[in-house]
Amino acid sequence: MSTVLSIQDLSVALPPGADRSHALRHLNLDLRANEILCVVGESGSGKSMSAGAILGLLPERVRAESGRIEFDGRNLLELAPAELRAIRGARIGMIFQEPMTALNPLRTIGDQIGEMFRAHTRLSRREIEQRVLALLADVHIPDPPAAARAYPHQLSGGQRQRAMIAMALALEPGVLIADEPTTALDVTTQAQILKLIRELQERRGTAVLFITHDFGVVAEIADRVAVMQHGVLVEHGAAAQILHAPRHPYTRALIAAVPPLTPPPERAVSAAAALRVEGVSKTYRSGGLFTGRRVVHAVRETTLELPQGGTLGIVGESGSGKSTLARCIVRLLEPDGGAIRLGDIDLAGLRGRALREHSRHIQMVFQDPYGSLNPRKRVGDLVAQGPIVHGVPRREALRRARELFELVGLDPEATGRFPHEFSGGQRQRIGLARALALQPRVLVADEPVSALDVSVQAQVLALLADLRTRLGLSLLFITHDLRVAAQICDRIAVMKNGQVVEHGPAAQVFADPQHPYTRDLLAAVPGRHWNPPGEALAERSVVRDAA
Amino acid sequence: MRLLTLAGRRLLAALPALLIILAGLFLLLQLAPGDTVDALVAQVGGGDPTMIEELRRHYALDQSTSARLADYLWRLVHLDLGHSAIYGKPVIDVIVERLPATLLLMGSALSFAFAAGMVLGILAARRVNRWPDTLISTLGLVFYATPSFWFGLMGMFFFAVYLGWLPAGGFGTIGGGLQGWALFVDTLRHLVLPTLTLALIFLAIYLRIMRASMLEVSTLDFVRTARAKGLAEGAVVVRHVLRNALLPMVTLIGLQAGTMLGGSVVVESVFALPGLGRLAYESVMQRDLNTLLGVVFVSALLVIFINFVVDLLYAKLDPRISGEH
Repeated sequence: MSTVLSIQDLSVALPPGADRSHALRHLNLDLRANEILCVVGESGSGKSMSAGAILGLLPERVRAESGRIEFDGRNLLELAPAELRAIRGARIGMIFQEPMTALNPLRTIGDQIGEMFRAHTRLSRREIEQRVLALLADVHIPDPPAAARAYPHQLSGGQRQRAMIAMALALEPGVLIADEPTTALDVTTQAQILKLIRELQERRGTAVLFITHDFGVVAEIADRVAVMQHGVLVEHGAAAQILHAPRHPYTRALIAAVPPLTPPPERAVSAAAALRVEGVSKTYRSGGLFTGRRVVHAVRETTLELPQGGTLGIVGESGSGKSTLARCIVRLLEPDGGAIRLGDIDLAGLRGRALREHSRHIQMVFQDPYGSLNPRKRVGDLVAQGPIVHGVPRREALRRARELFELVGLDPEATGRFPHEFSGGQRQRIGLARALALQPRVLVADEPVSALDVSVQAQVLALLADLRTRLGLSLLFITHDLRVAAQICDRIAVMKNGQVVEHGPAAQVFADPQHPYTRDLLAAVPGRHWNPPGEALAERSVVRDAA
Repeated sequence: MRLLTLAGRRLLAALPALLIILAGLFLLLQLAPGDTVDALVAQVGGGDPTMIEELRRHYALDQSTSARLADYLWRLVHLDLGHSAIYGKPVIDVIVERLPATLLLMGSALSFAFAAGMVLGILAARRVNRWPDTLISTLGLVFYATPSFWFGLMGMFFFAVYLGWLPAGGFGTIGGGLQGWALFVDTLRHLVLPTLTLALIFLAIYLRIMRASMLEVSTLDFVRTARAKGLAEGAVVVRHVLRNALLPMVTLIGLQAGTMLGGSVVVESVFALPGLGRLAYESVMQRDLNTLLGVVFVSALLVIFINFVVDLLYAKLDPRISGEH
């Protein structure tokens, strides 16, 4: 197959003062016609920078230092701005990660897609309108005329990404660059979008440069794979080779860190319940005295049981009510009805001092390791804060914080530092130490690893599993990622529209799902037929030991 | 129809605020020494105690504070702003006489500050951290830091006295009897200095907001999308950045409508303009409670109205807002 885009010896320099001198070093990569090339890497690997370099859309003060990007017999790095503009959109299309922010909120979808034709062609207004409708039909948006008139916020995430794809493919470019196009989407939507990209690519023979961090997605869509680390291409080859027989140690470690979709053998879990959620409901009402009201039933009559010393996974897509339920359980939100029984006490009925006294037994770990730590406080103080509120002397609480830091695998000397001095994975460990400081019996973890790179994710999961056994914790684990759920959960509850549609032991739910929605979810997991090869699995323990 | 209910709802929501403002002001002025009668008597150069007593009874000043407050609010319900003892006619007539000058001054100052602030902000943002940006930002700081009465006085001295290009004060040439076009030009010439004086400080604020807002929007993802589509730089700015950057500016207009009315007191005094601001000032000096409360009432309505228009404009600019109603 012929090469349509060739990156030759490309180096991209970062501005002075950045954490390294180069975003990319001597990158050589060929994109061939009619193939999907996946560029895989963790954050900071330079995978997005390579896309930016192709279209001349690098961040300010970041510049391509040397090398060539050959397209159509010309070097894209040397083109004048006007020449490059004629290529952007028309010959090389691009799709971005977050379809909400990548579309202008103030203009209609039809207008934004039509802009492609207005910028590059001399078509009449009516022709443009026709083309836009045809494109929207092409990406399988229901009711294209209505979608063309809609503003981005009026469409769902999946539909927005479809519109984005329609826009990128409007002028039938020979090359499509997709920068993590499904990362912000729910798993069932992601499966649909991947299918759509594959379908359009095959029909038009487009060459797709697909940037992702997710090996599941790679297994789903890639023809060839390029693996990047710290701005260097460490390995590339056919998808089957990389996925099943990776050669480079980094690729192996990355693949080993991908949790397999089959749960490990069942652990013996005590029959006693650490926490019982009985018929809990939460309804959000918006609107005031004079405006129209909107009522959202976020959680309806949910009943769950968390076994002593076990892990209950709550899985579901966005809007399923899983986070609301978690917040009700730790009483960050007031449930409308039902009981939350911790031992003999119903937390839902408690108020004020009694609530504070008893709610310390349930602590929470949050999703966003950047947003959940106060940036103006030293991390040691953040960890010690809880015990101090509950009457532990400050000196004692700080000493305990140092012990906790050791427990979660951080340097005890680091308690005097500020949150921004830590990486994402380290911050999540701090969040864990903060939750453990009150010696809770139940830990509620709301998507604790979904903001982390896959190798760090494996470490944090291993730490959670280890702490669970060492401290006898019961863990309520909320996640949208079925692979993660399969690895850490003893029991699984699947939520949809505020209700638990299925629950049971993890092995049973994964092997023999009963509810149609559970089956849909499992069928949508990217790369579900691919399980990391056995040799790489052996290295999984290496990653764990490193944690 | 939906518009009317929205307007009605806004007014209804503003009623408690209006009530608190009026009652608060009424009580506050009770704390000031002297009343309307004292001011009147001082004007005529004194009078005998029985006449003063008589006057107090005539203006119902001999009654208790609470009775007078209740009486005032009751009359207000019937849209009766009362009678001004100083001007000798209904308050509403006094206000209607003074309103045009203030509306013209506010309207022209607001439009000028908004337009010039926007243009300068865009220019500064397009050349960020280069000399045009530095120049514009420094100018903005100077405008912001200088008191407006000083600007007024200096403008008057330079343009009216020294150069003789513009009139020094007033709202029209006295005894001109001008008509049509000539009247328009005359009013315009009289408005230039007061408008500039009032507008400069607001211009500085708009300029800063517009610059920051442009820079912020430029970093958003959809701007990168627009570039990836192959749009020219000008088209990116006009079609994608500008309208998004205008949203905070529009919010600011509503917030500053009240501040601008306050600022017009100074400017109207400096340039001897017969406007609401100066009327309020004079009413305080003469303890003309009815007129003062009337001015406050009308000003509050004006601010509510401007905010209502701003809300409509905002809904027009941002489909996400109107979608929720």
